[in-house]
Amino acid sequence: MSKSRFVVARTSDVAPGTSLRVNAGGRDIALFNIAGAFFALGDRCPHESGSLCAGKIVGFAEADEPGKYRLVRDGEFVRCPWHGWEFDIRTGKSWCDPEKSRVRAYQTGVTSGSDLVEGPYVAETFKVSVEENYVVVEI
Amino acid sequence: MKPPFKGAVDCDLHLPSPPTTALLPYLPAYWRDQLETRFIHKMGFQLTSYPPGSPLTCREDWRPNKGERPLDQLRRQALDPFGVEIAVCSLLHGAIALFNEDMAAALCSAVNDFVAHEWLDPEPRLRGSILITGQNPDHAVAEIERLAHDRRFVQVILPVMGDMLPGKRQMWPIHRACEKHGLGLALHAGGTYRFPTTASGWPSFQVEDYVANSAAFENAIVSLISEGVFSECPDLRVICLESGFGWLPTLIWRLNKEWRGIRQEVPWITRPPGDILRERFRFTLQPVEVPTAALIERTLEHIGSDELLLFSTDYPHAHFEGEEALPDGISEALIRKIARDNPLASYPRLARTLQPVTAEQRS
Repeated sequence: MSKSRFVVARTSDVAPGTSLRVNAGGRDIALFNIAGAFFALGDRCPHESGSLCAGKIVGFAEADEPGKYRLVRDGEFVRCPWHGWEFDIRTGKSWCDPEKSRVRAYQTGVTSGSDLVEGPYVAETFKVSVEENYVVVEI
Repeated sequence: MKPPFKGAVDCDLHLPSPPTTALLPYLPAYWRDQLETRFIHKMGFQLTSYPPGSPLTCREDWRPNKGERPLDQLRRQALDPFGVEIAVCSLLHGAIALFNEDMAAALCSAVNDFVAHEWLDPEPRLRGSILITGQNPDHAVAEIERLAHDRRFVQVILPVMGDMLPGKRQMWPIHRACEKHGLGLALHAGGTYRFPTTASGWPSFQVEDYVANSAAFENAIVSLISEGVFSECPDLRVICLESGFGWLPTLIWRLNKEWRGIRQEVPWITRPPGDILRERFRFTLQPVEVPTAALIERTLEHIGSDELLLFSTDYPHAHFEGEEALPDGISEALIRKIARDNPLASYPRLARTLQPVTAEQRS
């Protein structure tokens, strides 16, 4: 099945370190901005369907040995607000159970308004202005 | 039923607690004098968990026989009828409940030497448990180091309800010493009863204490795993004695589930804690609370392993009639796992001591 691309937000709508809940083709999607790079995950935790958009964006805690704590990859994980499951924003994989518990990760891209006006993407919910950049999600 | 073949390993068998006067020859002169001067040598040092007169403490037909040596009685009732090749025995002594940690350490040493000379020397099928008190890990480690050369001791034993949870870092020297010497860490049901047996104070009835033991084992297991003991001591094996095992599936499920949510708190746990439990913990059979063979097999399926159960008679405690140490209907393949393969794979020292222990291995 060929994929569709949806314009879901202006890049300025999602500041670095934040997330935004958007809709593309009827699906709820959690859009994240990590230092200017955009990532899109299905907005349902595979555990009990909590909204990942409402989750805290966090780093990853690790330890070489008991009592030696370290936080790495700050801002690259989202913690489900309901039960704390952690997902890698870049891949959608649950850290605790990467094979069985993962959220769908979608391809994203940034496209200029002038490209959108010309096509090939369909801006269903956006009035596109040629001066701005837009986040495009591929489903 | 009893094991349908010779060569079973009984992983929990109890030696009778001797009169304290029998321990005097194994005590240093100072403590011998102290005990006699203070009339402590007249005390029985019985633990509250097993009052000598209680029906649970000893099966009626296994009560001490006047005129028969305790060792002969043990051979006749526990070793011979079950076709036991090896029995891991312990002598649960009230010394572990003393507040005087120096006297406790001296008495534990005396008990251990008593066991080595009066039981392990004359009976090559027996393997011993090093009795320690958890209240002073320095003393405990010194005792482990003192006896570790004697390969007939295959584990170190602590009550599951001690002064602190066993995973606490103050306890780690004990765990390190066990791992270093290939000794299992055995946790036995019961405790010193210095603290209430439930988290909400003292219960009223024995049935409550008895059932509370499974919660105590859960607490101990979760403590050992969460504190990271197995990151520090990856080869440490913990043997839960008289723990039951029917409660394991729900513990494993809950432990894994909670870990997923609050893993960040214990980031040294890098795999599902249930996997660590299955790998590092073992559980003796008696008293078996899962009543039928079918339910035992289903419980093991829920646990996700048939390698965790170890055969035990729990002699002379009263849990079954005759020689019915195994619930009827268990497949012979499973019995072989429980009674032979699992014990040999579980205790680092056991397989190596299958041949009669030589004088060299003792010294």
